[in-house]
Amino acid sequence: MTEEIIIAGFGGQGVLSMGKILAYSGVMQNKEVSWMPSYGPEMRGGTANVTVIISDERISSPILNSFDTAIILNQQSMDKFEKSVKPGGLLIYDPNGITRHPNRKDINIYSIEAADEAGRLGLSKVFNMIVLGGFLKLKPLVSPEYLHKGLEKSLPERHHKLIPENEKAVEIGMKLLKAVQVI
Amino acid sequence: MGELKLMKGNEAIAEAAIRAGCDGYFGYPITPQSEVMEYLMAQKPFERTGMVVLQAESEVASINMVYGGAGTGKKVMTSSSSPGISLMQEGISYMAGAELPALIVNAVRGGPGLGTIQPSQADYFQAVKGGGHGDYKLIVLAPASVQEMCDHVKLGFDLAFKYRTPVMILSDGAIGQMMEKVVFFDQIPRRTDEELMKECPWAAVGKPKNREHIRITSLDLDPAGQERVNLKLQAKYKTIEENEILYEEIQCKDAEYLFVAFGLSARICQKATDLARAKGIKVGLFRPITLFPFPIQQIAATGNRMKGVLVVEMNAGQMIEDVKLSMGSKVKIEHFGRFGGIIPSPDEVVNALEQKIIGG
Repeated sequence: MTEEIIIAGFGGQGVLSMGKILAYSGVMQNKEVSWMPSYGPEMRGGTANVTVIISDERISSPILNSFDTAIILNQQSMDKFEKSVKPGGLLIYDPNGITRHPNRKDINIYSIEAADEAGRLGLSKVFNMIVLGGFLKLKPLVSPEYLHKGLEKSLPERHHKLIPENEKAVEIGMKLLKAVQVI
Repeated sequence: MGELKLMKGNEAIAEAAIRAGCDGYFGYPITPQSEVMEYLMAQKPFERTGMVVLQAESEVASINMVYGGAGTGKKVMTSSSSPGISLMQEGISYMAGAELPALIVNAVRGGPGLGTIQPSQADYFQAVKGGGHGDYKLIVLAPASVQEMCDHVKLGFDLAFKYRTPVMILSDGAIGQMMEKVVFFDQIPRRTDEELMKECPWAAVGKPKNREHIRITSLDLDPAGQERVNLKLQAKYKTIEENEILYEEIQCKDAEYLFVAFGLSARICQKATDLARAKGIKVGLFRPITLFPFPIQQIAATGNRMKGVLVVEMNAGQMIEDVKLSMGSKVKIEHFGRFGGIIPSPDEVVNALEQKIIGG
């Protein structure tokens, strides 16, 4: 099993930390992982993205141009990465702020209204974990037990009291997914 | 087994340095390797092991602090990125001439000049063919993973002291910035003064009454003397070439075509190998891990069994010269490169193989 994922959005949405928590959870579950962030000039202009690879085997290239899954959180990232999903692959996006919705017919598309839900519940800090919940519902790469360990490892100890809130957000995300039919 | 962590390559270098019993790090910040000193400062190794971490006023000062520390037999290092490494060349040449051990990390960025901060392999010539003036070589290690960033620090210090020569780790921003699993070796205690004097009788540690002065210099105005220095250095490089070559072969056994690549390019070629094999193209990967000493005979033996060889580098064609010198002209050898901080995609590499080698 190898899952190649791009997570992309605005800086501040928790894109890099979502990837980090996923990667750490993978490590805890004894998987091979790589976490490759965009850095430098790519980061200017407000977009942030990270490539996360989780595999049972040694990981080859940490840098890719096509992905099994794209998790997309803003329009710029939609423009850049919708075309990078492998045929038959998965695209999850938050429609908040999206002006041009994805329209590929050869991939599976789901929307997750994580920003709205996080706002309603006062959980905007764990918005990214709602999105991660949606992804893990469709691709259960790491079990809740290892996700818990991943959170413990990737969050500094002073934030460990927030782990239950993070886990609750993941559960909310799992129920929030909607399959999108492209006509 | 040691401790398992998920860590950035640059941080792995810093943690490995502390654990390798490094006595001192001297550096000046430059992207994309500033995490090395940041991590060291945050870890406070001066409290953990007594290791000194100092931000110098410039790269020139850093390398000369390394020169000074190495002269006293201490395990010392610096890290920088391409333009900073260019500034250090005088000091590196002096250390090679004075036969001093040190570890230098170059997180190569796109050049020339200030260039960009994105990953590149354009400093291959500088690292492998000298860089500074005079007939000297560095041992050059090319890590391709965060694990190797860790391992090469320990290996680099071991080789530097074994041969009394500066060693360079040639990495780049991508290997430095990405996180992967890494298993750390246990803490090696820093050497005591007694151990240092025993292991490094050449070190300038203060003159006891029962021995002569120690001279650490790269200056010998007598040409005959300077020729002796050069002959000694060349003999040392020959010994290194005979004993310290490291390389990796992936899927080469049944291969008809071969990628040759180091560092990050090798990781991309590994993916390209899988993609090409899925299309029915039997291709393997030869990855030099030491760039000096270069695996001349090994590359010749494997490469000359192939129908064609594609050298993939993030530069305009540097290591390909060594591949050609190693293999001779029996087999077609072509180059594929992206420059200036652009990382080639695995698909691009497969296309290049099809167009330049198989179809060409």
